[in-house]
Amino acid sequence: MKRAGIIRMVVILVAVGALEFLCRTGVISSFVMPAPSTIIYSTVQILASGRFAADIWVTLRNVCISIVAAMVSGVIVGTILHRLPTARRILDPLFATYYAIPVYAFYPLLMVIFGLGDLPQIAVGFLLALMAVIINTLNGLDRVPRVLVKVARMHRLSGWAMDRKVRLPFAAPYVFTGFKLCVAYSFVGVIGAEFITSSRGIGYEISYAYNNFDRERRLLARRRT
Amino acid sequence: MKAEAGTRSVHASLRDVTRIYPPRAGRPELHALGPLSLDLYRGEFFAVVGPSGCGKSTLLEVMAGLVAPSAGAASFEGRPIAGRVPDGIGVVFQEDASFPWLSVFDNIAFGLREAGKSADDVRASVDYALEFMGLKEFATAYPAQLSGGMRQRVCIARTLVLKPRLILLDEPFGALDQQTRLLMGDELLRLWRETGATVLLITHAIDEAAMLADRVGVMSARPGNFLEIVDTGWPSGRDSTIVTEARFGLLTGQIWKKLRSESLRSLGHAAPAS
Amino acid sequence: MKWRDPLALIAILLLLWQAMYWVVGDVALTSPVSTFRSLAVMLADPRFWPHVNETLLAFAQGFAIAVVIGLGIGFLLGAHSMTGEVGEPILVALYSIPKVTLYPIILLIVGIGMPAKVAFGAIQGIVPIALFAMNSIRNLNPVFARTGRVLRLSPLASAQRILLPAALPEIVAGIRVGFSLTLVGTLLGEMFGSQRGLGYLLIQAMNLHNMRTIMSVTLLLVIFAASVNAVLLAIDRRLRARA
Ligand SMILES: Nc1ncnc2c1ncn2[C@@H]1O[C@H](COP(=O)(O)OP(=O)(O)O)[C@@H](O)[C@H]1O
Ligand SMILES: [Mg+2]
Repeated sequence: MKRAGIIRMVVILVAVGALEFLCRTGVISSFVMPAPSTIIYSTVQILASGRFAADIWVTLRNVCISIVAAMVSGVIVGTILHRLPTARRILDPLFATYYAIPVYAFYPLLMVIFGLGDLPQIAVGFLLALMAVIINTLNGLDRVPRVLVKVARMHRLSGWAMDRKVRLPFAAPYVFTGFKLCVAYSFVGVIGAEFITSSRGIGYEISYAYNNFDRERRLLARRRT
Repeated sequence: MKAEAGTRSVHASLRDVTRIYPPRAGRPELHALGPLSLDLYRGEFFAVVGPSGCGKSTLLEVMAGLVAPSAGAASFEGRPIAGRVPDGIGVVFQEDASFPWLSVFDNIAFGLREAGKSADDVRASVDYALEFMGLKEFATAYPAQLSGGMRQRVCIARTLVLKPRLILLDEPFGALDQQTRLLMGDELLRLWRETGATVLLITHAIDEAAMLADRVGVMSARPGNFLEIVDTGWPSGRDSTIVTEARFGLLTGQIWKKLRSESLRSLGHAAPAS
Repeated sequence: MKWRDPLALIAILLLLWQAMYWVVGDVALTSPVSTFRSLAVMLADPRFWPHVNETLLAFAQGFAIAVVIGLGIGFLLGAHSMTGEVGEPILVALYSIPKVTLYPIILLIVGIGMPAKVAFGAIQGIVPIALFAMNSIRNLNPVFARTGRVLRLSPLASAQRILLPAALPEIVAGIRVGFSLTLVGTLLGEMFGSQRGLGYLLIQAMNLHNMRTIMSVTLLLVIFAASVNAVLLAIDRRLRARA
C-alpha cells in the first residue's frame, strides 16, 4: 500500500514534469496550455489577490448546499422506495437511464421554477447528485442479510425503527459510496451550470476567461495572416 | 426422568402447527412443516434433529413468533404467540448475526439499550456477559476482527443478557469445528443450568443432540414431523465427557436408525425397505 | 405483467409533464402533445437530419474510443495488482473533476468541430468503463484461473474461455454507464465548440429561449438514450441471471 502510494506520486510527478518540459520547449504552444509551473504560480497569485474570492465562495457555498440536500433527500427517498417494491420496479428504468439525460437541457425550466439567482445551479448539482445517493442507498439496503432483520424483529423493532437501527447502519458503507459520488456530481453540476449560463462562480469565470482568450487568439491569428 | 417430566408445567407449545410457504417467483407452494404438536416443559433442554430442509428452522421461527403458522397455534407461558416475538423469548440464529457496525460491547448491549435500561445497568450486564462468554479482551473489537466462533459467542451473549426464559437456538455451532463444538456444548450446558431457562436447540448433529438434551425430537423428511421423542435420561450436571459412555453410543445409534431412511428420502432416494 | 411496468412509468412521466406544464406555462415548457407534434415536424424537415447524423457519428466514434481505451486500462489495472493500486485513485480523482471546465483545453488541443466532440465524449466514458472492467477482473474467483491451469489451457485460452465470460456481466454494466456519460459528453462538446449537431441546436435554442426546439431535441435524446439503455439493461440482466 505504501509502496503503491510512492509509485503513484512518482508517476504523477513524472507526468507533470513531462508536461512542463513539453511546454517549456514549445512543443505544446502557450496558446494551447501554459506550463504547470505557470499554472501553479498564477493559481497562488489569483488566490492571494482575492480577485476570485467572491466567485470561489459562491461556488463552494452552492456546491455544499447541493451536497447536503442530495445526501439527506437521497437517503430518505432511497429508504422509502426500498419499502415500496412496486414503485421501485416501475421507476427502475428511469434510474437506469437517468445519467444519459443531459440535465443542462432543463436549465430553462429550472430557471423559471427557481428564478435567476443561485438556485438553478444548485438544482442542477442536486439533480445529478441525488440519484447517486438513492441508487447506492437502495443497493446497501438490498444487501442487509435476512438474519439481521430477524434479529431486529426478535428485539421487537419494526418499520422506521428497524430502518434506523439495523438496516441503514448496515447499509452505511454503500451509502457512503453514494456520498462520495454525490460530492463529485455536485461539483460537476454546479460548476457546469455556472459554465453554461450564469454570471458568477468559478465555472462562469473559466468560461469568461476562455472567451477572452479565444478572442485574443483569433485576433492574433488574423494579424499574422 | 419420565415421571418427573409429567409433573412439570408446560412452558411453550405448538398445537397442530402447519407451515406452508406460499407460491413465489414461479415456484409452487411448499409444505414445509407439520401438522405437528410439541410441549416444552419449563426448564428442560429439548433438541430437534432432522435431515436438512425438513423444516427445523421453520419450526423454530413459528415458536419464536417470527413467522405465523398456516394452521394451528403456538403459545408461550399460556398466551398465544401472534405476529411479534413475545417478551421472554431469545433467539440465536445459524448464520452470523453480529452487527458489523457495532463493537462487541455495543453488540451485546443492543437489546438492553432497546429496552431502555440505564447506562449503569447496561454496563453491569454486558460486563458480566463478556466475562461469562470469555470475550472480555474483545469488548472494543469489531466482529470483522473476530473468528466465526467468537462472533457466534457475541450473538449468544447478545441474546442472553436479555435474560430470556425460553432460548431458541438454530444450529448455533453449525459453522464450528468438532472440538470447538464440544466445548461450546459444555458452555451451553453451564449456561442452561445457571439461568434455569428452557432451551430448544435445533441441530443436524446427532451426537450434539444426544449429549446436550433431556429430550431429543427426531424429525421426518419434509414436511417435518416428529417420528419419535427420545428421553436421554442424563443427569442435569452432565458435560461433554459423557460421549465416552456406552449409553451415549446406544442413544446416537437409536436416533440414527430413525433418521437414516428419512435422510435418504430428503436426498431424493427411495426409502429402503428396512 | 412485464410490459405493463414501462407503460406505467411512461404514463406517470407524461402526466407529471402535463401537470408541470399547467403550473409553469409556456415560458418554461411545452406540453407533451405539442412537443411530440413539433418533434414530428422537426423529423420531417430535411435540414434537421444532418444534425442527427453529426451527433450520432461523433457519439459512435467517442463511444468506440471510450470502450477500447477504457477496457484496455481496466484490464491492465485489474490484471496487474500493483498497477491497479497505483492507478485506481488517479482514475477516481479524474472521475470527479468537473470535465466541462476542461473543455477549453481540449478545444485548444484537438481543435474545434468533430474531434472536440469525439474527445469530449470519450473522456467522459473512459473512466467508468475502466473502473468497472478493473473490478470485474479483480473480483474474479482465483479458483477460475487455477481451474484453467488444471485443464491445461494456455493463458490466452484460459482468458478467453473462462475469465472473460466470468467477468462479462460487470464489464457490460460498465459499458452501460459509459454509454450514458459518453452521450452526455458528446452533447456537451457540441454545445460549445461546434456549429452542428443536436447539442449545438440545444445551446442555440437556449440562447434564443426557443422552448419548442429545446423540448423536442431533449425528448428525442431521452427516447434514444432510454431505448439503448433498455437494450443494454436487458443484456445486463441476462448475463447476471446466468451467473
Ligand atoms: N421463506 C421461504 N419461502 C419458501 N420456502 C422456504 C422458505 N424458507 C424455507 N423454505 C423451504 O422450506 C423447507 C424447510 O426449510 P427450513 O425450515 O429452513 O429447513 P431446515 O432448517 O430443516 O433445513 C425447505 O425446503 C426450504 O427450502
Ligand atoms: Mg435451518
